[in-house]
Amino acid sequence: MSIYFATSASLFAMGLVALILRQNAIVRLMALNLMGIAVFLWLVNWARAGGVIDAIPHALVLTGIVVAVSTTAFGLALLVKIHRLKDGDNS
Amino acid sequence: MNLLPMYLVFAPLLGAISAYLSPRFAAPIAMFVTMLGVAVGLVLFTNIGVDGWSMALAGWDVPLGIAWRIDGLSATLLLLCWVLGAGISVYALGYFRTETAFWPLLLLLLSGCSALFMANDLFNIYVMLEILGLTAVALVALANNSEALKAALTYLFVGLFGSLCYLAGVALLYTQYGVLDITLLGAMTLDEPLTWIACALMALGLLLKSAIFPLHFWLPGAHSNAPAPVSALLSALVVKASFFVLLRLWSEVVPSTPEILGLMLGLVGATAIIWGSYQALRTPRLKLLVAYSTVAQLGYLMLLFPLSMTATNPSSAYAGVVYFMVAHGLAKSALFMVAGNLQRVAGHDRIADLKHAAVILQPSLFAVALAGASIMGLPPSGGFIAKWTLLSTSLSSGEWGWVVMLLGGGLMSVTYIFRILVLAFQDDAQAPMNLPPERSVTRSMQFVPLILGAFAIALGFNATPIIEAITATQMSLSAGAMQ
Repeated sequence: MSIYFATSASLFAMGLVALILRQNAIVRLMALNLMGIAVFLWLVNWARAGGVIDAIPHALVLTGIVVAVSTTAFGLALLVKIHRLKDGDNS
Repeated sequence: MNLLPMYLVFAPLLGAISAYLSPRFAAPIAMFVTMLGVAVGLVLFTNIGVDGWSMALAGWDVPLGIAWRIDGLSATLLLLCWVLGAGISVYALGYFRTETAFWPLLLLLLSGCSALFMANDLFNIYVMLEILGLTAVALVALANNSEALKAALTYLFVGLFGSLCYLAGVALLYTQYGVLDITLLGAMTLDEPLTWIACALMALGLLLKSAIFPLHFWLPGAHSNAPAPVSALLSALVVKASFFVLLRLWSEVVPSTPEILGLMLGLVGATAIIWGSYQALRTPRLKLLVAYSTVAQLGYLMLLFPLSMTATNPSSAYAGVVYFMVAHGLAKSALFMVAGNLQRVAGHDRIADLKHAAVILQPSLFAVALAGASIMGLPPSGGFIAKWTLLSTSLSSGEWGWVVMLLGGGLMSVTYIFRILVLAFQDDAQAPMNLPPERSVTRSMQFVPLILGAFAIALGFNATPIIEAITATQMSLSAGAMQ
């Protein structure tokens, strides 16, 4: 059980380090996703820790995944827009 | 009354969808929704009473369901939210004559903001913070030049990181206590290491989103590169929404804290006031000046933490800070609108070369005088009442350091506000030239900041309802904690 909590904590830390150290915007977006996954793993693991399955964390994680997907899509759209604008400047 | 608050969340949501589907009618839809929203906000504010309003969404009771709650604090901020929304819509009618993407985003932002002010559930707050953050970034990206898009990207990363920290804190709290409802949680929290880690994570995320020094680095870029109505919305409303969550957590969830923590948070605020004012004083660009002024003014909000701990009457510290949020919201949105007007007429926002534009835009400069008086805290403005409440709170507990900070911060804001005001007093005899149409400023764009500035002043004449609403909220909270 605790190996999942440890994985989740280390995923969060890895995401944090990448977010701070790396400059590439897509890498940073992936780092943020990694941190989100760490939190989801923590919650899902907690849901079965008591022996009886607790449904609320599942609902939270499902909502969280939807939020994460839409923020990632939005971030990528913004990156594409920036990229297009840059290309326009060059030509 | 019972379903009235629903309007503030669902009307702008439906409005946003229909404005997106029919761009031709986007502006009228937004105008209609926001104007009616102000009326609903007023009714709510005047009828909220001491007990407030609460509702279990879809009939499911806490802890399984999600509760919404409005007390004096939320009602005040909801009214501010909608007054600003309506003012900014009227202004944007002149500013965005062809851009239709603005309207659905504005309505979505207002919807998220209203739901945030009503939320009483930690996870619900997370979702609302994400809605606010995403719409805010999209609004900044409307400027559509490479600088604004870069600022939007930084803003997106900061916002996402902030919400993730908050979410991690929520997950930790849930694993300890098994509830997400703020009221239930408040009765349970214990002085334990894991609770403190959770609170620290949530505080970090929220301070980052509220741009509190030294986590303000993203604000000047995002707020100064956005289009003027968007800057007004971000500076006046969005940063305060995340501070509102911090305020809620501090007064209800955080277990009893050592005094040193409050002192440290207060000192952070004091540094913000000095640093923001100093940057505002030396920046060559008008919109950056106004943005750094926001950094400085947000520092005052941090004085809540030390004052609410040491004061003999903590509820007056809350009243002062919330009053400050309202006065600053009105004044700052007016200042950003004026900055937008000057920038449009002059074609740039270098303060040194704005004299000519200032001569053409006399009503706008008058709006700076009104809003500036509130930012500086001159009587009888709203800013004065806010600072006066904070001053008397700190005097009553003998905290002289904060008194010096409050007065010193006021003096520093005088210096940077006068950098704008002085433009109006240039002896520039040149006749205004005929401007090309894309650089003209409509009459409504001149009068909206004037009205908002006048509101900021009028707030000083009519202080009792707001102060009473906040005090009643805090009183009933502390009474609830005693039981």
